[in-house]
Amino acid sequence: MSETILRVERLRVAYDHPRGVVRAVDDVSFSLRPHERFGLAGESGSGKSTMALAILRMIKRPGRIEGGEVWLGDTALSGLDTDRMRALRLAGIAMVPQGSMNSLNPVVRIRDQIGDALADHGVGLKGRALAERVRDLLAQVGLPPDVARKYPHELSGGMKQRACIAIAICLRPKVIIADEPTSALDVVVQKQVMQTLGRVQQDLGAAIILVGHDMGLMAQFVDRLGIMYAGRLVEVAPIRDIITAPRHPYTRMLIESLPSLEQRGGLRGIPGLAPLLRELPPGCAFHPRCPAATERCRSEKPAVRAMGEDATVACHLA
Amino acid sequence: MGLYFVAKRFGVFLVIVWLAATLNFFLPRLSGDDPVANKLMEQASLGGYAQAGIAEMVKVYNQHFGLDKPLLTQYLNYVGNVAHGDLNYSIANYPRTVVDMIAEALPWTVGLLGMTTLVSFALGTFLGALLAWPGAPRWLQWFMPPLWALHAIPFFLLGLVLMWLLAFQFQILPIFGGHSPGAKVGLTVGFVLDVLRHAVLPSLSIVLVSVGGWALAMRGMMVTTMGEDYVTFAEAKGLRSLTIFMRYCMRNAILPQTTALALALGQILSGAVLVEVIFGYPGIGALLFQAIQENDFFVIQGVVFTVIVGLGFATFLLDILYPWLDPRITYRRS
Repeated sequence: MSETILRVERLRVAYDHPRGVVRAVDDVSFSLRPHERFGLAGESGSGKSTMALAILRMIKRPGRIEGGEVWLGDTALSGLDTDRMRALRLAGIAMVPQGSMNSLNPVVRIRDQIGDALADHGVGLKGRALAERVRDLLAQVGLPPDVARKYPHELSGGMKQRACIAIAICLRPKVIIADEPTSALDVVVQKQVMQTLGRVQQDLGAAIILVGHDMGLMAQFVDRLGIMYAGRLVEVAPIRDIITAPRHPYTRMLIESLPSLEQRGGLRGIPGLAPLLRELPPGCAFHPRCPAATERCRSEKPAVRAMGEDATVACHLA
Repeated sequence: MGLYFVAKRFGVFLVIVWLAATLNFFLPRLSGDDPVANKLMEQASLGGYAQAGIAEMVKVYNQHFGLDKPLLTQYLNYVGNVAHGDLNYSIANYPRTVVDMIAEALPWTVGLLGMTTLVSFALGTFLGALLAWPGAPRWLQWFMPPLWALHAIPFFLLGLVLMWLLAFQFQILPIFGGHSPGAKVGLTVGFVLDVLRHAVLPSLSIVLVSVGGWALAMRGMMVTTMGEDYVTFAEAKGLRSLTIFMRYCMRNAILPQTTALALALGQILSGAVLVEVIFGYPGIGALLFQAIQENDFFVIQGVVFTVIVGLGFATFLLDILYPWLDPRITYRRS
């Protein structure tokens, strides 16, 4: 297999619940090549965001990482102590937060929020040196220099998201995890922000994990797409293959649900609801909604199988 | 840049002071009592003066205090005097002026209650913030419940218990007053230490009772703040715990606390009565208490006026400082 920059191995995240353990991420493995754009798509509650947090080891109680390993290059993250892990956040793996969130401190100027990040990673810049660094970073994400002096409430949603990207790239990370970076932004701004994200990723030579549920956005942006369902990564394939020839029935129905310009008419959805993680059906978690489900699907949990070099699927029928 | 804003707020402050002064003038006069006559009658009944000359004396004194003029003239005189910082004479301690008496009492009250309020605020806010913090030391969990229990007790009750214990049983602290009787007042080491020794009991009872309240409020705010997205992002930025705690959590959680602090500071003058009476502290509360007992019109008016100015000024300061604390509140007109 080719060189990888980030490798997630059999990662499991559980939430302790009074009525039993809920597994939000169940045995997920995938790997990221340098410069690769990897998409992670799925319904709400499928474990995408939990995955993102688990990679950064930021799962909070009652959640916990139950098992598995994340490798950044040759470093196993579970072996790092708290302070080394802290230092690795942003410098090694950076996060771009959800667009709908108030991810910037409301009472601190943008310049100082970048300065904080630099200072706590040992880059103690002051005065003019800091101002120059901040101006460069803002320019990289297409923001004018006067944004440095501003507070978050003085910026628009798109500008705030750019500011977050500027923070995320300030230490030139190897991997960027963008968790629905354009949610709550309108499509025009969404396109601009995604272009910015794509450009800085190329400048940095970083790999990126794009978490989201917008299949159209995924199709335009990522090289490879992973589909999550009920905490499991049910299919991974290069984006072209997965759009034209999805292997997992869930992926297929997901793609069929997209409205198309050629075929007008009613919108098609996937009947049923995503299952409660607390009460997963036996066998394949998708079988109650799957039109092709067989007896085997109802009783036996499908294993993840490799389909060529960069594709996997977890389905008895594929 | 904010000059207009400051001027506007100061104008509001002046209007409050004027309204207060006006109310302060008319309210006592609604009672229909004649404080001078009352005072003289009281003294006469104690056997000090001859009954015969009383009517005469009332007239003379009323002239002196300006109480014989029509109400409107009195009011205009009063407003003019107040504007010049003249709050008239004390009726009970005649040759002394009210301003003098307040000026003498004010430093004691501001010193004792101002300091204790600030100390309880700082202590309570920090403890409350730590309580919400997962990385805080374990012993805090055992430290706080007693403080919450104390918070439910009125501080004068705690004050009496402490007084009994520390001043009466063990006799390590003075039981009464702001300084030892007969001590030479001045900025000498001996006098300062004496004042501090006298301040321990009242301070302790106030601080012990109020720290729990500040801590409780801060803990609530802190828990809310720690759930904010910017705290999650701060962690993802790989910031040090200390940076996240101070600059991202506390800095935001403290905003409502600051409002409460300004209001608490404005209320120290009116809240002083009980502590000062119990501990015989020579502050503004004790002065007010005494003036009410003696029906000393002008002193009561003077103290109430001072209290209102204090509250108004605290609110004014808060208004000025808040945009600086929270940039989302701006000087600009919307």
